[in-house]
Amino acid sequence: MSSLSPSEVQSVTKLLGRHPSKLEEGLFTAMWSEHCSYKSSKIHLQKLPKASPRVLVGPGENAGAVDIGDGLCVVFKVESHNHPSFIEPFQGAATGVGGILRDIFTMGARPFATMNLLRFGSPSHPKTPWLVDGAIRGLSGYGNCFGVANVVTDVAFDSCYDANILVNAFAIGVCKHSELQSGTAKGLGNAVVYVGAKTGRDGIHGATMASESFDDASHERRPTVQVGDPFKEKLLLDACLECFEKKLVVGIQDMGAAGLTSSSYEMASRGNSGLNLHLDKVPLRDAGMQPYEIMLSESQERMLLVAKQENVVAIKEIFERYDLDAAVIGEVANERLVNLYWRGDCICSLDPLWLTDEAPVLRRPSARPEIASEARAMTKQQAPEGFTQYDRHIGLGTLVAGDESDAALVRIPGTNKAIGLSIGCDEQLCAANPFEGARRGFARQVLQLACIGTEPIGATDCLNFGSPEDPCVMWSFERAIEGLCEAAAAFKVPIISGNVSFYNQTNEKAIYPTPTVGLVGLREGYAHFATRDLKRDDDVQVFVGVKHHDLACVHTLAQWLIPLVRSGEVDTARVTEKGDDLLGVIIAAPKTKVAAISKNVPGEFLIMEQ
Amino acid sequence: MTVAVIRFSASNCDRDTRYVFEHVVQAKCDFVWQDENELPADVRAVVLPGGFSFGDYLRAGAMAAHRPIMKAVKRFAEGGGPVMGICNGFQILCEAQILPGILMPNHHNRFVCSTVELKTPGGGLGALKNYAPDETIKLPIAHHDGRYYANDDDLMRLTRDQMIALTYVDKDEHNNAKVNGSALGIAGIFGGPTRNVLGLMPHPERRSELCLGGTDGVRMLQSLLS
Repeated sequence: MSSLSPSEVQSVTKLLGRHPSKLEEGLFTAMWSEHCSYKSSKIHLQKLPKASPRVLVGPGENAGAVDIGDGLCVVFKVESHNHPSFIEPFQGAATGVGGILRDIFTMGARPFATMNLLRFGSPSHPKTPWLVDGAIRGLSGYGNCFGVANVVTDVAFDSCYDANILVNAFAIGVCKHSELQSGTAKGLGNAVVYVGAKTGRDGIHGATMASESFDDASHERRPTVQVGDPFKEKLLLDACLECFEKKLVVGIQDMGAAGLTSSSYEMASRGNSGLNLHLDKVPLRDAGMQPYEIMLSESQERMLLVAKQENVVAIKEIFERYDLDAAVIGEVANERLVNLYWRGDCICSLDPLWLTDEAPVLRRPSARPEIASEARAMTKQQAPEGFTQYDRHIGLGTLVAGDESDAALVRIPGTNKAIGLSIGCDEQLCAANPFEGARRGFARQVLQLACIGTEPIGATDCLNFGSPEDPCVMWSFERAIEGLCEAAAAFKVPIISGNVSFYNQTNEKAIYPTPTVGLVGLREGYAHFATRDLKRDDDVQVFVGVKHHDLACVHTLAQWLIPLVRSGEVDTARVTEKGDDLLGVIIAAPKTKVAAISKNVPGEFLIMEQ
Repeated sequence: MTVAVIRFSASNCDRDTRYVFEHVVQAKCDFVWQDENELPADVRAVVLPGGFSFGDYLRAGAMAAHRPIMKAVKRFAEGGGPVMGICNGFQILCEAQILPGILMPNHHNRFVCSTVELKTPGGGLGALKNYAPDETIKLPIAHHDGRYYANDDDLMRLTRDQMIALTYVDKDEHNNAKVNGSALGIAGIFGGPTRNVLGLMPHPERRSELCLGGTDGVRMLQSLLS
């Protein structure tokens, strides 16, 4: 298992004034890992536009939140679980969706839909069928049992992913503004309560495993893959939402990567608080576990919450009713130190900011590759086999899913609102030109949302790249960010949450730059939307497109299409590129209607009969 | 006059079911927790909703079938009270032996989510009284363990006594449902002294509003109250 770099060890030694203990080294290794600290990406991510009048919560919390009117908001994020899914596809994918669901309901929102983007190796690679089968069963098994509709799956195959598959899981939830929670520990004397499943030895150093490239010994990392239990997670959801409803919680965060360590140090950092944690009070599956293991376990379905002392009894009663552990493991302290106690002895005392804000910020060298890769034609599946394994209808929201339309449309029952959902990436173009690929991919998704009559209100990103230690990978990363920046600014869409997954490479072979975007749209009323299938035998198909470099034109195209879809005039549409230059939609309608629609289009539009 | 929707540990279609009763059928609807000993005094009908109660531990519905509330549900059913078990609810009714047979894993061993064509051999009877005999309807299914199985005697009895309520239209050469291998293509069966119990794998609550694709499901939910 990798450890801190020599310069990082130096930084830690300087902060502590001495060499770190084994426990301290473990904590810093996890928190300063690429996965947890974003050290190679932080300075670039800051460039992404994250504000708009609708944004309620931007990057920095467990997920972002965007207002949808009438006092409601949607909470969403996309995350990767690439490395564990390659090692153990069923559990890796299952815990990927488990983790993203917790990120949503820890914010106070009830999840109502998921999407996923999957990249597998060449169909002829011997491992591919096993990986595909495991990942789909893992994602669907977990999501179906938990009870959330999976409405889009974007699946593609290419040999660049042979030894580095991608599993990007998106989730979205809804709640009232007033119901939003925060991952903050504050209030001197407040109780720190551990809730959910017991802690076991699974997943120790999972975050560190996700922060390294694979080599030939990767299969030995199986114990670092977490094991998921969607039944427990559903109980956890019910219990947490009940606690929120009864206003019993001051702050809450799920235990994801780096488990108890990340949740406690991050909550303390956000609250500028201290914590006293008594590790011997943590509910354990194996009584012989030691502090190091307890702190770094990535056992699933656990949350850390902070509550006023007078509410502890009520919280315990709720969790007991759902058959989950709820144990007071500490309290909020006055000095900004996280003190870990083991059987009465203080075994570690660190300023939480050392593990969060003081994490290294790296300016990695970047260098343009001499030869731009030539993008091969990738095998993409429009309605992938395996999509029927996902429950698409639970929640009574799904009006149309990704098998019938380019983007999904999900209504919010009890309101007049519907949410548009799209997930994707233009990695073929990214391979040759990451800036253009990121930009065109975003533009394409804006048009996908227009096909179902929605305007984009927010985005989340999952940036999957090779090793940041390779200057060519960093160059691609920076260019992709620039492309996202330009696109998000042009369409006025804030990027409110996200995730970076580096080290998607094995030995020297890296994946295509794959900056996944989850785009969320909104509309009031949802009577009409377009789907891909032809409705009438005598329909005429016509391509309406613009030059994809001109984002203002793409925006005009989307604005032109939306009212036509909402009124029902255009009921058949799909997004497509034509050549290297053009991006647009192919719409189908009776001949007279097409003639009428084509008459008054803006000059920048190109119209081509199909 | 309340419709009682029973909640088991990790039931996940309970809120959907209640939503449809309250907003579409416009009936008073309450949740009843699995560990209660009694149903509400004014209970008019009982619904066991879909989901993966207890994570399908051991067998789908096996754990839920033994929760305290099931004694009251059994009494209610034996007394002729209307009971509907949807998906996991059907599995629970079989495990509790309120209905004969069992729901086994789909023959292809995969979860399947699809909107399927069904026939109503039980049309005009029990909760299907608002359907014509052998009407063709469409309802969504979403399950891993939907293959109905009963021994030959039970199957013969169900057929002879007109207790088969719903069947899948698409059957294979063995007369099993193509979508999940269900014997005789059975998607739902009646039980109780007066066909007052209906267990079915498809989800009527998911097909009760036009915007969701159709309203073939709502009539059976409405009939629980009339």
